Amino acid sequence: MRPATSVILLTTLIGAGQGLFLALFTVQSHALVGLLPAVEGRALYAQGGAIALLLLAAGLVASFFHLGRPERAWRSAAQWRTSWLSREVIVLPAFMAAVALYAGVHALGWTPTLVNLPQGPAIDLSIVIGVAGTLLAFALFVCTGMVYACMRFLAEWHTPLTPLNYTLLGGASGFVLAAALATLAAPSLVGFLSGWAIVLTALAAVGRLASLWRNARLKPRSTIQSAIGIKHPTVVQRSMGFMGGSFNTREFFHGVAASRLRMVKHVFLVLAFVVPIILLIAGRNAASGPLLLGAFVVQYVGLLAERWFFFAQANHPQNLYYQAVA
Amino acid sequence: MSQRQLALVIDLNVCVGCHACVTSCKEWNSSGAAGPMSDQNPYGADPSGTFFNRVQTFEVGEFPLTETVHFPKSCLHCEDPPCVPVCPTGASYKRAEDGIVLVDYDKCIGCKYCSWACPYGAREIDENLKVMKKCTLCVDRIYDTSMAEADRKPACVMACPTSARIFGDIHDPQSDASRAIRENGGYALMPEWGTQPANHYLPRRTTRLRIHEDELVRSDNPLRVEGHLPRPADDASTLEDASF
Repeated sequence: MRPATSVILLTTLIGAGQGLFLALFTVQSHALVGLLPAVEGRALYAQGGAIALLLLAAGLVASFFHLGRPERAWRSAAQWRTSWLSREVIVLPAFMAAVALYAGVHALGWTPTLVNLPQGPAIDLSIVIGVAGTLLAFALFVCTGMVYACMRFLAEWHTPLTPLNYTLLGGASGFVLAAALATLAAPSLVGFLSGWAIVLTALAAVGRLASLWRNARLKPRSTIQSAIGIKHPTVVQRSMGFMGGSFNTREFFHGVAASRLRMVKHVFLVLAFVVPIILLIAGRNAASGPLLLGAFVVQYVGLLAERWFFFAQANHPQNLYYQAVA
Repeated sequence: MSQRQLALVIDLNVCVGCHACVTSCKEWNSSGAAGPMSDQNPYGADPSGTFFNRVQTFEVGEFPLTETVHFPKSCLHCEDPPCVPVCPTGASYKRAEDGIVLVDYDKCIGCKYCSWACPYGAREIDENLKVMKKCTLCVDRIYDTSMAEADRKPACVMACPTSARIFGDIHDPQSDASRAIRENGGYALMPEWGTQPANHYLPRRTTRLRIHEDELVRSDNPLRVEGHLPRPADDASTLEDASF
C-alpha cells in the first residue's frame, strides 16, 4: 500500500494523545488509592490534559487531508453498525470531549467529591471523567487498529497484533511525554512515569517484532492462478492494458526499492525502541527533562517510520492484476 | 436466491483484447448524467485516467506452447461485497432489487477505504471529482425505457465484436448468463476470499473437429455410379455394397 502522510500523522498524533491521557489518569487513580503520593497541585493534569487535547486535535486536522471531499466528513459517522472507520469517527470526538472536560475541571478546580468510598478514597468529578476517558481511549485504540485489521485481504494487517500494537505504541509514546512533562509539573512522579514508559516501550517492541516475524512467514493466499482462474502452473502477465499510471498502480504500492523498505525497518526499530529506552533510563536516573523530551521526540520520529513501514509492508491482492506495462 | 442478481459473463475463449468494451464504457459514462470519468494529462507525457473496465493480457504456458489470454476486468458486483460494509458514509451500497453495487457520488467522501477492501482492484478514485467510482453495470442504460429493448444492455456488451460479454440474471437458471456459466464451466475470480463475485468468466476451451479419412473421399462417387470411372478390381475393398 502507499503510505499516506496524513494517516501516518493522524495515527501517531492521536496515539501519543491517548497515551498521555492514560498516563495522567494512571497517576491520578494510583494517587487516589494511595499507591502513589498525591500530586502537588493540578498543573500536571490540567497542562498534560491540554497537551493531549492539542495532539488529538492535530491528528484530527491531519486526517481531513486524507479525504477527497473533506466537506462531507460529517457523513462518515453514518455506518457505525458495519464500518470501523465510522466507529472511529464517533469515538475520537467523544474521547476529545472527555479529555477537554478532564483538563477543564482540573484547570478550574471543579472537582467536587461525588461519593466517599468506605475505604477512604473520595471519588470526585475528575475521576468519573477520567474513567470514561480511559474507556474511550482504549476503544479508540481498538477502532483505529481494527480499521486496518478488519480487512482480511491484507494479510499483513489481519491479526489481533495490529490493534494491540497500536495500543502499546500509543501508550508508550504517551507515557514518555508524560514523564517529560512531570519533570516540570510533578517531579516526584518522574521515576514512576519513566519506569512505566520503559516497560511499555519494551512491550511495544515485543509486539512489533512479533508482527514482523509473523509477516515474514506469510504465504499469499491469492495467486495469479486464482486471480484469473486459469489453473496452469506458468501464468505471466504481459500487459496491464494501459501504459500510463492509474489509481491502481499508485495507491497500492509504496513506490520505493526493497532495500529502502528494509532500511526503514531498521531505522524504526532503533529510533522507536532502542534509543528511547536508553534515553529514558538516562533521563530517569538524572531526572532530566531534556533527556526525557529527547526520548519522546526520537521515539515519535521512529513511530512515523514505523507507521510508514506498516502501510508499505501490506501487499494487496489487486497487485496481481497490475504487474507488467507492456 | 429469488432476488435478481444482474451480472456479466465474460468469455475468455473469444475475447481478442480489442478494448472496445473499455472505450465504449468510457464514452457512455463520459456523456452520461453522472459526469465524466476524468483523465489527467490525456495527451501529455504521463497520462492517467479513470476507467471502469480494463483489459489485461496474460500468457499461459512456456513458449512455444503458449496461450495469450485477454482478460477484461470490471467490478464483479459481488454477492457478499467487501466494499459495502467498510464504507463509513453508506455511499457504497448493493441494490436489493437487482444486486448491482453502486456508489452514491453525493455521499462519498473519497477516503479510499472501499478500494482497499476490494481484492480485485475494481474501484478507482476520480481525481477531479474526488469520489470513488466503479462499474455501474450501466444501470442508467438497462432501466432507460426511452431506449429500445435490445439497447438496454451495458455499453460494453453492445460493443463487443466477438460477443465475449453476456449480460443477464445469474439467479435465473433460464437466462443466457446462467446458461453460459452452467454449460461452459464458468468460474468466479479469487474464490478463496468468499466474496462470491456475480461476474463469471468462461474458460479457454479448444474446439476440435475430428475428420475421418472416409469423410474426405465419397464412397458413392457419382462418376462411378454413372459408369464414367473404371470398375474397381475384384479384390479391391470397397465401402459400399458393389453390385455390378
